[in-house]
Order: sequence, then C-alpha cells, then structure tokens
Amino acid sequence: MKQGRSGKLTGRLAAAAFWLGLWALLALLVDRELLLPSPAQVLAKLWALVRTAAFWQMTGMSILRVLAGIASAVLLGLLGAALCHRSALAMQLISPVMTLVKSTPVASFIVLALVWIGRDSVPVFITALMVLPVVWANMTAALAQVDPQLTEMARVFAMPRGRVLRRVTVPSVLPAFRAALSSALGLGWKAGIAAEVLTVPKYAVGRMIYEAKLYLETTELFAWTVTVVLLSLVIERLLLRLVSRIGRERRAADA
Amino acid sequence: MLEMRKLSLSFDGKAVLADCSLCLPAGGRIALMGPSGCGKTTLLRAALGLQKPDAGTVRCEFRRVAAVFQEPRLLPWRTAAENVNAVLSDRRGSMPQARAWLERLALGDACERYPAELSGGMRQRVALARALAYEPELLVLDEPFKAMDEALCERVVALTAEASGGAALLLATHSEAEAEALGCRVLVYRNGAFEPGA
Repeated sequence: MKQGRSGKLTGRLAAAAFWLGLWALLALLVDRELLLPSPAQVLAKLWALVRTAAFWQMTGMSILRVLAGIASAVLLGLLGAALCHRSALAMQLISPVMTLVKSTPVASFIVLALVWIGRDSVPVFITALMVLPVVWANMTAALAQVDPQLTEMARVFAMPRGRVLRRVTVPSVLPAFRAALSSALGLGWKAGIAAEVLTVPKYAVGRMIYEAKLYLETTELFAWTVTVVLLSLVIERLLLRLVSRIGRERRAADA
Repeated sequence: MLEMRKLSLSFDGKAVLADCSLCLPAGGRIALMGPSGCGKTTLLRAALGLQKPDAGTVRCEFRRVAAVFQEPRLLPWRTAAENVNAVLSDRRGSMPQARAWLERLALGDACERYPAELSGGMRQRVALARALAYEPELLVLDEPFKAMDEALCERVVALTAEASGGAALLLATHSEAEAEALGCRVLVYRNGAFEPGA
C-alpha cells in the first residue's frame, strides 16, 4: 500500500513510540537500573554527558576514526571493483581475499592488528577491513550490470573515456553505490566501535562503553550506545544526501 | 571506404554468413535486404567493429561513424536533447545544435523529456537525431524506421536522405521503398552472403 510522506513519518513515529513504550514498561517491571534503565534515565544520562567537553572529544575522535576507515574502504573497494571489471586475473586474485575477510571473525583481526599496528590505528583498520568486501562486492556487481548496449553505443560514437565514465558508467552504478554506502556506514560504526572497545584508545566512544561495562554503569552504557546509533543515522543521512546531490550537480554541469 | 572481405560471421554460436564480401566507398549507399535472422544485423555489427568475424577481414577507413541500432540505446537518465548532445561534446555549447536536430525530426516538444516519457517511435527518432547530429562519414542504420507509422516513416526517411548528405550509408531493412528513398544500392541475402538484387 502506498503512503504519503507525512503518512510514512507518522508510521515511523508510531513504531518508535511503541518500542520506547515497551522498553519503559520492561524497565518498570524489572525495576533495577543496573539491569535495565528506563528510557528517561538513559535520556537524563545522555543529557548530562552531552554537556561535558569529554563527550565531544570522545565522539569527535570516534567519528574521525570510523569515517577514515569507511573512506579508505570505499576508495579501495571502488578501485578493486574497477580492476576486477577490467581483468579476469584481478578477479581471480581479489575474490578469494574478500571471501576470506568476510568470513573471518572480526575479533581475530582486531587481535592481529593490535600486534601489527598501533592501538589508535586499529579501529580505522578494522572499520576499513569490514567495510571493504561490502563496497567491493556491490560495485563489482554494479559494474557487471552496466548496460552493454549503452557501452557499445558510446564505442561506436567514439566517446572519450572520461565522457563514457561520467555519462554512462557513473549514473549506471550510482544506485548501487548509494546502497553500498548505506550498508558500509552501518557496518563501519559497528566494527569501529567494537574495535575501540577491545583496543581502548585514549579518546573513543568504545573506551567509554568499555569503562561503563567495567564499572557496571548500565545507564551510561545505554547512553553511549544511543549516541552511536544516533551518530550512525545522522551521518548516513548526510552522506547519502551528499551523494544524491553530487549526482544531480554532476548532471547539471554536464548538460 | 569500408571493405569487408570473405567474412564468415556467427550469431549465438550459429553460422549466419559465409564468404561474404562488401565494399562501400565514401558517399556510397548500400541496403541489405533479407529475411529476419539472415545476418543483416550481424554484418552491421562487424562493420561497426562490435563483432569479430570468424574469418575474413573488415577494413574501415571512415573516421566518424554513427549508428542507429534496432533499439534506441538512449541514456535513461538524460533528456532527449542531452542524449543528442552526449555524442557531440561535454559542454552546453552544443545544446542548440542538439535541439535543432530534434526539431527537424518533429521532436521539438520532446527536447526536455526523458526516454521513459517518449513512445517507441519517438525514442527511435531521438536516436536518429543523435546519429545525424554527429555528422558522420559513415551512417549505419539497422531497421531504424520500423517503430514509426507509415506517414511519419516517409517523412523521416526523406529527411534522413537529405540530412545524411554525402555520408556513406549502410542500411539493413525489409522495405524496398526505404532503400530507394535513401538512394541505396540493394544487396539481397542469398546462400549465406549478400548479392546485388535482381
């Protein structure tokens, strides 16, 4: 059934209200903040955290790490996909590596990375490593599906390579890129924060989650988790909007 | 000049043409006629360098080549005018030229419309406008008028004949009238090759 924009928003708000209500009810039944704090307690804690400079320092550094990891993965994923699209040998070489990365537990990589590289760089590396196969797989599939009739047309009309890229290839793969970026952002935050929890860098949301767990500060643990979820959602929205905007501006500039 | 010597070509693994030769000089016009599936499109693809022959050689000395395929092959994310402009240049400067070609093909109102908003016949005319705007030395046409009604077809064929000027033309068609209107020498499919018609 089709819904209007306001209908969708109402639906979403109603769903959020339902789950928040259920959470509040469960917290009331459990009646122990240590086990399950209520939404109001978490919100109060979050408000208290937001007003400290440390909160912004921790979240700022985590955002930088996660975005650096995702950006590296997107760059390498695009490059790898382009390479595999052009060369069967590259595909044979890269494909098993991606399968291996995808099926290896993230904890194994974190421990290995702790041995290989500095503690502060591990979350960036882990984020990139977890996101890379997703971007690569999506973009490889998207490049394989670029309409061969259009590439033939471009070839017959001797369109320069740059123009083919801008007018045929990029618009063809843009929807897949948006989907890949959306998955990459969700996964990137999960992997990055998990790596921070295990490596405990000086300034990191992961460190605060680790310490909250250590001192049984369940409400604070919830507050930091909510922070990560909100950051992930906001950054995903902003980046996807940016990609769409770039697509539109590119089109307008080329026209 | 386009020269094809002793070509053997397959389609979907099945041999369609054998020992087929053809020579198209600058300004020359040839129409290929024959039943569906006889290899007209396959021969055009070989002429465009899109298909490697199983045997024989293709030598194309034309530098600017344009084609209208059986499918319009338009960029779905571009308007009709942008589609024509896409083969002309990267800049907006050539847009008036693109629009003028669309107007000549009675598509003045469709300039800012996307391919999905056009009928099959209109899309094919956009593809034709794109090919003519390119000002080719060789124009390859693969049954480009088949999605048009009779009156429109006559008009577009006449316009193509006039607008293609001194370009060499290689046409695949089922219609002798089209071939004649475009001033083509007709080659008919016989025993795996194209030979001059009766």
